[in-house]
Amino acid sequence: MTRQVQDAFKAGIPIFIGYVPAAIAFGILSKSCGITLLECFLFSAVVFAGASQFIALNLLMTGMGPGGIILTTLLVNFRHFLMSAYLSTRIGRIAKKYIFLIAFGVTDEVFSVLSFKKGQLSKTFVFVVQLSAYSGWISGTIAGYILGGFLPEILTKSMGVALYALLLAILLPEIKVSAKILILAIASGILNTILIKLDILPNGWTIIVCILIIALTGSFFIMDEIEEKACE
Amino acid sequence: MNNLIPVILGMAAVTYGPRLIPFLFMTNREIPKRVDAFLKCIPAAAIGALIIPGVFSVTPDMPFAALAGMAFTMIYGLWRGGIIIPVLGSVAVTYLVLFFGA
Repeated sequence: MTRQVQDAFKAGIPIFIGYVPAAIAFGILSKSCGITLLECFLFSAVVFAGASQFIALNLLMTGMGPGGIILTTLLVNFRHFLMSAYLSTRIGRIAKKYIFLIAFGVTDEVFSVLSFKKGQLSKTFVFVVQLSAYSGWISGTIAGYILGGFLPEILTKSMGVALYALLLAILLPEIKVSAKILILAIASGILNTILIKLDILPNGWTIIVCILIIALTGSFFIMDEIEEKACE
Repeated sequence: MNNLIPVILGMAAVTYGPRLIPFLFMTNREIPKRVDAFLKCIPAAAIGALIIPGVFSVTPDMPFAALAGMAFTMIYGLWRGGIIIPVLGSVAVTYLVLFFGA
């Protein structure tokens, strides 16, 4: 195994570990909602977007029709547009041939891992990370649907923290290097909390507004840095 | 709903679209500095909003449990780094707090 593949697995395995419990929770919830194993599997296999899958199940239970569910999904997942915009500036020339596959696997966690990898992203690195995430999500979904009833509730609840811990763990090395990253992240979290409390935006759009406002504000500080360096 | 499969396919389409479109507009031209600085700030801004405030309602009956798990991730992550131990450890800590706190 080359060094590159090893690095990719090192980056991908934590996502696998974070996704399995979250997907188990999705499988359990699917079963309790009365959908079939095939439908549950298809949710994870073709949509592959955690939060929106949970939301879709909730909406199904409230009796919302297909149009409403699909529109909500679009709103909830639109943040990936911004993440793809960022990643499109980072992938290497060879990886460009594979954008149709790469785009499918742009989840929050895959994006977070890829975004803090130094240098250009090779197709091997991107695919290994995405396949780790995908296989964790699918296997967890099926396991949850079939075995869910046997797991103690307290355990499945605790596993919900895994995704948040994953995101935090990805961010920590960056925070150590630059306090600005920490300030940006906290400011974004505070803004998101306020927007959710105000309850004026549809589900999922608070995150989009946070990314736009915070990244725009942050870009002014970074510009100063770039200009200072140019002056030295 | 009797047949969910059309809904699932519709969800897949509206999820894939926004993930794909930016890649299609990728060019080899150099990105203006201002846009580049904006894009560079996206990861931190996204992660912050993805964690907060969601993390406060992971364990709704006892928010402290999830926060204790996150505290473990924070301390271990800053001290030793890595991702697997901080993630698994946070689940273990959350489980223990829920188990003994309930």
